Amino acid sequence: MQFISMILSNVEISPGYWRMRLSAPQGFSAAPGQFVMVRVNNAIDPLLRRPFGVFDVGVSTPPQSGAVSQPYFEMLYRVVGKGTAMLATLHETDLLDILGPLGRGFTLGAAGEEKLIVGGGVGLAPLYLLARELVKQSPVRLFAGGRTRDDILCITEFERLGVECYTATEDGSLGECGLVTEALVRRLDTLPGRAAIYACGPHGMLNAVAAIVGNRQIPCQVSLEGYMACGVGACLGCVAPGHGHSVEKPDFRCVCTEGPVFEAGLLQWGPAI
Amino acid sequence: MKPDMNVRIAGINLRNPVMAASGTFGYGEEFAEYVDLAKIGAFVTKGLSLRPRAGNPTPRIVETPGGMLNAIGLQNVGIEAFIEKKVPFLRSVDTPAIANFFGNTIDEYAELARRLDEIPEIAALEVNISCPTVKQGGIVFGTDPKSAADVVSACRAATTKTLIVKLSPNVTDVVVMARACADAGADSLSLINTLTGLAIDLNRRQPVLANITGGLSGPAIKPIALRMVWQVAQAVKLPIIGIGGIMNATDALEFIVAGATAVQVGTASFINPSAVQSIAEGMEFWMRENGIASVNSLIGTLDVSR
Repeated sequence: MQFISMILSNVEISPGYWRMRLSAPQGFSAAPGQFVMVRVNNAIDPLLRRPFGVFDVGVSTPPQSGAVSQPYFEMLYRVVGKGTAMLATLHETDLLDILGPLGRGFTLGAAGEEKLIVGGGVGLAPLYLLARELVKQSPVRLFAGGRTRDDILCITEFERLGVECYTATEDGSLGECGLVTEALVRRLDTLPGRAAIYACGPHGMLNAVAAIVGNRQIPCQVSLEGYMACGVGACLGCVAPGHGHSVEKPDFRCVCTEGPVFEAGLLQWGPAI
Repeated sequence: MKPDMNVRIAGINLRNPVMAASGTFGYGEEFAEYVDLAKIGAFVTKGLSLRPRAGNPTPRIVETPGGMLNAIGLQNVGIEAFIEKKVPFLRSVDTPAIANFFGNTIDEYAELARRLDEIPEIAALEVNISCPTVKQGGIVFGTDPKSAADVVSACRAATTKTLIVKLSPNVTDVVVMARACADAGADSLSLINTLTGLAIDLNRRQPVLANITGGLSGPAIKPIALRMVWQVAQAVKLPIIGIGGIMNATDALEFIVAGATAVQVGTASFINPSAVQSIAEGMEFWMRENGIASVNSLIGTLDVSR
């Protein structure tokens, strides 16, 4: 659906990273892993909408008696260019044109098996809503990585859900010094039973996760980013190569409509580094 | 009084002059959730080739000031899958569906025209001789008047349906191309396709797009498109379909005044999936406000006497 949304809050939660809460129409819901396309203003520059994963959804009950409860959704974004810089200047009560929720989200998987969530930087955005659902049925561990402590977002929120959190930074400013995938491997090596992995983050991190699960037969879903104009499968800008893709036998998957969440095994990955 | 929005493009009647442009509207189905297809003039399906095409590697698109560059590379399902999987939806829609297509050779163009001619759900054909995002995407035919005429003649011989030829702006004189296509048997001309452009990632000293160059679309190209539509409208008698950066009803009406009988809305559908419908509604509103009874009376009314 397409709707005009009012900004309820817009807060810088870590240097360069923002968390925005937006009003949603009655009946709005989003599955973990789905995204919205946001128009940052009504001018022709920037022209295109920006895709953002849905971080959370909920309904707030105003303190005034008789006031109507307000559905909302939240998103996390990092200021990386013109569009996100403009978003960061917006305030409560400013209006935004939203298209969504869009795309295919995460499949929750079997209850009881251990759920391992791997996120890097703003890739944590769609994983919070996922964790909120998963903790209802399974033990959940989060592996959050970044270059510095500034890239590790919303860990308190994950802990509040009852998620066990591991952090790693490349400069050692928070958690272990190194890549978070090393902690993931250690956990996988000592797993008591069945597990499933869910990952979202920079392509290098997803590539490493795909290589780790590749020889272990563990179900793994990844959420991809893509340059997209429309979000509804028309522009074909955001495709990713599928598992069997080659120049002779091309196999492109549309990130916005077939994803953004894919079984890792269905995609083509680069060599493990 | 309700203004008369009907226009005629050669053999087909449109309930209003606003169509969805090829490559921005999928095969129609993708937009059924956002657009009441019964409220738009027509829609043009994604460019078809004989065999499926994978398209270019990514990045395929990049935003530019007031526009976007794309180098999708004509990814499409191919004619067989189109007939099997996409045509059934067209049957359920009471709006003309126009099939855009392209070939690598004149024979392929003719073969596609022949195949599409047999599909009753297709109201008209739009020959793409102007896609700048692939080497064989028709652009070789679209920049040389003799080659363009050969393609159009071959398609003309292969179909009795309304034949629209989509022109490239990447030429020295668009009027020469327009005349060549008109003389070769086109029923209508649509223009403009995208302008070849380049976006650079300065820090990497690399092109942003994997294909290096791409086709520029969006509001940035509207003045060029208006100029070309106006020039072609002076030179040929065929109905013209104006395309290029139309974001709202005002833009669309400007094309009509410049000489277009109908318009196509492209990039705007990416930003606002219901754009085609709202532009059609906005045109009707403007005409009512300005007391204009029929859209046909607006066509080509640009006054240059000043």
